Amino acid sequence: MAHLKSTRRGVLAGGAAVGAGLALPTIVQAQSYLNEPTGPSVILGFNVPQTGPYADEGADELRAYELAVSHLNGDGDGGMTGTFTVGGSKNALTGSGILGKKVEYVTGDTQTKPDAARASARSMIEKDGAIMITGGSSSGVAVAVQALCQEAGIIFMAGLTHSNDTTGKDKKANGFRHFFNSYMSGAALAPILADNYGTDRKAYHLTADYNWGYTTEEAVRTSTEAKGWETVAAVKTPLAQTDFSSYIAPVLNSGADVLVLNHYGGNMVNSLTSAVQFGLRDAQANGKNFEIIVPLYSRLMAKGAGANVKGIFGSTNWHWSLQDEGSKAFVKSFGTRYGFPPSQAAHTCYVQTMLYAQAAEMAGTFNPCGIVEALEGMEFDGLGNGPTLYRAEDHQCFKDVLVVKGKENPTSEFDLLEIVEVTPAAQVTYDASIFGGELGSCNPGA
Amino acid sequence: MYGLNRKDTVLLLIVAILVAAAPLLLNPFPDTSAMGKTFNAGYPDLMQRFVIFGIFAIGFNILFGLTGYLSFGHAAFLGVGSYAGMWMLKLLSINVIPAILFSIAVAGAVSLIIGWISLRRSGIYFSILTLAFAQMAFSLAASVLTPITGGETGLQTSLNDPRIMPGFLGGGTVNSAGNIPAPSLLGMEMSESFILNVGPWAFTFNWGYYICATFMLLAFYIAIRIFRSPFGLMLKAIKSNQQRLNYTGLNTRPYMLTCFVISGMYAGLAGGLMAAMDPQVGAERMQWTASGEVVLMTILGGAGTLIGPVLGAGLIKYFENIFSKINKATLEAWFGVFPDWMTDLLVTLVYPFIGKGWHLTLGLIFMLVVIFLPGGLVEGGQRIARLFRRGKTGAGALKPAE
Repeated sequence: MAHLKSTRRGVLAGGAAVGAGLALPTIVQAQSYLNEPTGPSVILGFNVPQTGPYADEGADELRAYELAVSHLNGDGDGGMTGTFTVGGSKNALTGSGILGKKVEYVTGDTQTKPDAARASARSMIEKDGAIMITGGSSSGVAVAVQALCQEAGIIFMAGLTHSNDTTGKDKKANGFRHFFNSYMSGAALAPILADNYGTDRKAYHLTADYNWGYTTEEAVRTSTEAKGWETVAAVKTPLAQTDFSSYIAPVLNSGADVLVLNHYGGNMVNSLTSAVQFGLRDAQANGKNFEIIVPLYSRLMAKGAGANVKGIFGSTNWHWSLQDEGSKAFVKSFGTRYGFPPSQAAHTCYVQTMLYAQAAEMAGTFNPCGIVEALEGMEFDGLGNGPTLYRAEDHQCFKDVLVVKGKENPTSEFDLLEIVEVTPAAQVTYDASIFGGELGSCNPGA
Repeated sequence: MYGLNRKDTVLLLIVAILVAAAPLLLNPFPDTSAMGKTFNAGYPDLMQRFVIFGIFAIGFNILFGLTGYLSFGHAAFLGVGSYAGMWMLKLLSINVIPAILFSIAVAGAVSLIIGWISLRRSGIYFSILTLAFAQMAFSLAASVLTPITGGETGLQTSLNDPRIMPGFLGGGTVNSAGNIPAPSLLGMEMSESFILNVGPWAFTFNWGYYICATFMLLAFYIAIRIFRSPFGLMLKAIKSNQQRLNYTGLNTRPYMLTCFVISGMYAGLAGGLMAAMDPQVGAERMQWTASGEVVLMTILGGAGTLIGPVLGAGLIKYFENIFSKINKATLEAWFGVFPDWMTDLLVTLVYPFIGKGWHLTLGLIFMLVVIFLPGGLVEGGQRIARLFRRGKTGAGALKPAE
């Protein structure tokens, strides 16, 4: 046995020595930035939740990415590449990949856990040589992966993340977000709520106990209190909670006449269903009809909650029923390929990929610093949200926000939300410094 | 050598050589080949994970393998170590050494408290107590202690951290480029790598990995010394019959507590290294699934053996990071040579076991190991070695004893 071991060790040591000897002359280290693509193709990393509470969103995001890649490579009908304009002129995407390099991609599972998402992103950067990471369906994951990309020197194009922190206190120079945020939801919702429900309401908040829940609660609270509402109580619920009856039961006797559910995904489906079962929607409080509000809506959630969403107000980043040219082209392209309309998560991910490609074309390089310079202050249109600005100070997109309501008479299983108002971008714009945080400077890695 | 007998020295040397050559051994396929893109594991993040979880499992094995006390809350110490290390990186210095030392110290202190309470019971009650403490730690970190732990988002370094040490010791809030400095030692960042190209092969020698590997070898050496010491013998006696020990008038509690704290400090070291390699700590690092994972690693590799837990940790991490990334498109490329209907059939048959289904494959392997190799992978290795030896003695002449 001893003999066997020593032979093996000898082989290993010998192999290592020979390897080192052979290789010394061929050390290549001259990259001007990390993962500079040298071959005929460029690799993007799509890091989305494939398991866990946001797996539905993740699957839809992946569909959108695959669609975006085929459009960039010149397959299919081109989708929004036909409508996308930058600074009033046509985009630079020609269907020949990005900067003449064919777009390839790798996928990973974030599991909606910051640790797992970072491990997945690191393997994309270190093993697969991805030049850009995008995706995610939770703010915790977005903030964690954005920080990783900043350290590593890779561009991060955030997927669905709604917390103020992503482009607020945790903003990073290498990170960009197209999706809207809690502050914008609050600012867009409050006037509509005041118009519909009056200005002397008493609100009760149920808030998912994590980063996104906190900023959403705060945003809705501040903006509704400015309209004269009063906040009776704000109760935090664990993220993993599935039975909300013990949280709903005290609401009716609290003196409140509005329930705000700062919940997303499966959480919202369960809490809303529970609230309806407890008869809150038919109840009277303080001489008024009891009302429920869901600050962040998505079609996938509305589908999960079924008939319970009818008439309930919320906000959303994008909806497939929008009638502008960009949205129509995207819905048509997505629908042809997959057989159903895209969700807002799919939309934002598709748009982020297109914006990255456009920025690379404008900069003439994949160097993160070039991309950052091209995206900062970029004004574009034709991507479904009307004229949009990528603000240089915090890398947040500013565009119109949709206030929506659960449809009373849906015509199909996808036709669940109706647009109540398109709040203009100016009304939801805020000063970049209010959330603190610093961008730092762009990091090209090598 | 250094208090080890010949057999243990050989074992330590083999482990050292394997660990040192890991960047070569884990990249057996050319970099650009299809096999390489899928199965090569020699990239920094995964290599670091191999040795860090190796340390975690070695420490767990000191408790479980020697005394038979099954702790179901060891991830709590890993998490506590990570948070402690992170705070050092934020407050004191970006140098990883103070962070790692502080991680060990804090995890040791926490394990002293938890151990002091939990060790009043043994068997299943001990397991449940540790599980309860770990879940408590997880819930605290995820919500109540948000100012300290960053809640669900986790804790990261930021541009406003004080880092009060002088610059040459790793202090300073920002680096020369105006960004958050990355964890470093001796002026070299953990992410710095030296890439060796040999023909189509590319081998990555990562600074952070070799730091982790050094700690792992040190941890392994200490574990061997503990296994062979009178203290280790006492722990083994506790495993075989604690009652009898008590009746002989021996108080086993101090031995158990010492063992528990040592084990917790190993977990703290692993946690500190995790924070140092990738400065981000999330609460889910403390979740019960993470505690369960280290139990799996130890049993899969061989509880009570020296090298077993390291092998188990490697196997599980390999599955988690490599198998989980194989997707349908990869499978279709593999089986593309067959006729269409056969490709579809093969993809349908194999798909449930890879990608998202990697847990299923791991579960099957775990079942097979537990049923047929109760001593874990180490027992498998021993059986193969015995086959070889039998062959040798059969063919060769009888040798006189040394």
